[in-house]
Amino acid sequence: MTVRKNQATLTADEKRAFTSALLELKRNGSYDRFVTTHNGFIMSDTDSGDRVGHRSPSFLPWHRRFLLEFEEALQKVDASVALPYWDWTVDRTTRASLWAPDFLGGSGRARDGQVIDGPFAYSTGRWNIDVRVDGRPYLRRALGAGVAQLPTRAEVDSVLAMPVYDMAPWNSSSGGFRNHLEGWRGANLHNRVHVWVGGQMSTGVSPNDPVFWMHHAFIDKLWADWQAKHPQSTYLPAAGTTNVVDLNDTMRPWNDVTPADMLDHRKFYTFDTEPVAAAASQR
Amino acid sequence: MNKITRRQALGTTAGALTVLGLTGAATSIATSAAATPAAPTPPGTVDEVYQGRRIQITSGGGGHHGGHHSPGQPTVRIDGRELHIMRNADGSWISVINHYETFTEPKLLARAAVRDLQGAPLVPFGGVA
Repeated sequence: MTVRKNQATLTADEKRAFTSALLELKRNGSYDRFVTTHNGFIMSDTDSGDRVGHRSPSFLPWHRRFLLEFEEALQKVDASVALPYWDWTVDRTTRASLWAPDFLGGSGRARDGQVIDGPFAYSTGRWNIDVRVDGRPYLRRALGAGVAQLPTRAEVDSVLAMPVYDMAPWNSSSGGFRNHLEGWRGANLHNRVHVWVGGQMSTGVSPNDPVFWMHHAFIDKLWADWQAKHPQSTYLPAAGTTNVVDLNDTMRPWNDVTPADMLDHRKFYTFDTEPVAAAASQR
Repeated sequence: MNKITRRQALGTTAGALTVLGLTGAATSIATSAAATPAAPTPPGTVDEVYQGRRIQITSGGGGHHGGHHSPGQPTVRIDGRELHIMRNADGSWISVINHYETFTEPKLLARAAVRDLQGAPLVPFGGVA
């Protein structure tokens, strides 16, 4: 069974195995297909039209399935690898070990934003940005430039406290847990982290930066934490909603998986720290 | 200081009112001639050079790139290349360059894209360059 760990706790060997598997997916062409898929959805998901991957209730199950597919691809390269998650409420500075040269490398240089250390620096010749929205072929970051602060634990807790999964009109203007976690309203969690990292992470081709997977693995864990905290709450809407993926509707691009299939992550993986059920918690 | 600010503010307001007055007059002539209800004022077009890049925004073109967007959405170009933009339900805007950050109007979105691009050209939508 796959165990997803906090990236801060990985051993040197685990970091090496993870980055090596990423480089192999990049080399064999699999990686860029994930970037293309994500960008296709981000450009076509609209508030007033069909929406699947973003700005809609299926934001969470869609990304859970997307990450599962990516993790399976990694495991074909190295069966020992699992997606780590980045708890940006704790590891919230540019000095976090996440950004060290033995893992993801650091921020970009001032002149052109280019990441110049670590396994994904352009100079290695192994991480060219091919699926792109502008002419630049190198990985870029500007950690902390687009927005000064990553979300705090208190901000996360305020969103986890919301008891309703999602609300009409089921888009970027909705109330409820999903849209506050996604960040179009309120404290702004998920969206703000993309902006904090900068570079490709702030664009439609954000999976070009390997931190995309660790950010979304943590968003996915927060969904699991929310479920444990609100055992009576479930995915909404239930049925019959125009342009929106209801509980038992299939999701593009797979067309054989529904939000209902994605509700229990323990069918696929566990976390190093599993959420404690609300009944047993004092919170 | 306070007086100057106040006078400047009044001056600006008077100027803006004059412009609005002239626009209103022109509109009312046009609509009475056509004998149709006044159409909503289309958002202004933009053609400016910002940090050395040409930003062009034309209103209501829509219909580009396989009809991703509702008609009537403005088209934004940077040095002639189209920037993929999207309107949020609350009226704010995002682009493919700044996809997780909202802007109150397309011009601000285009300027943010120019700053991010640092001189790089846009490539066709979703394409592998």
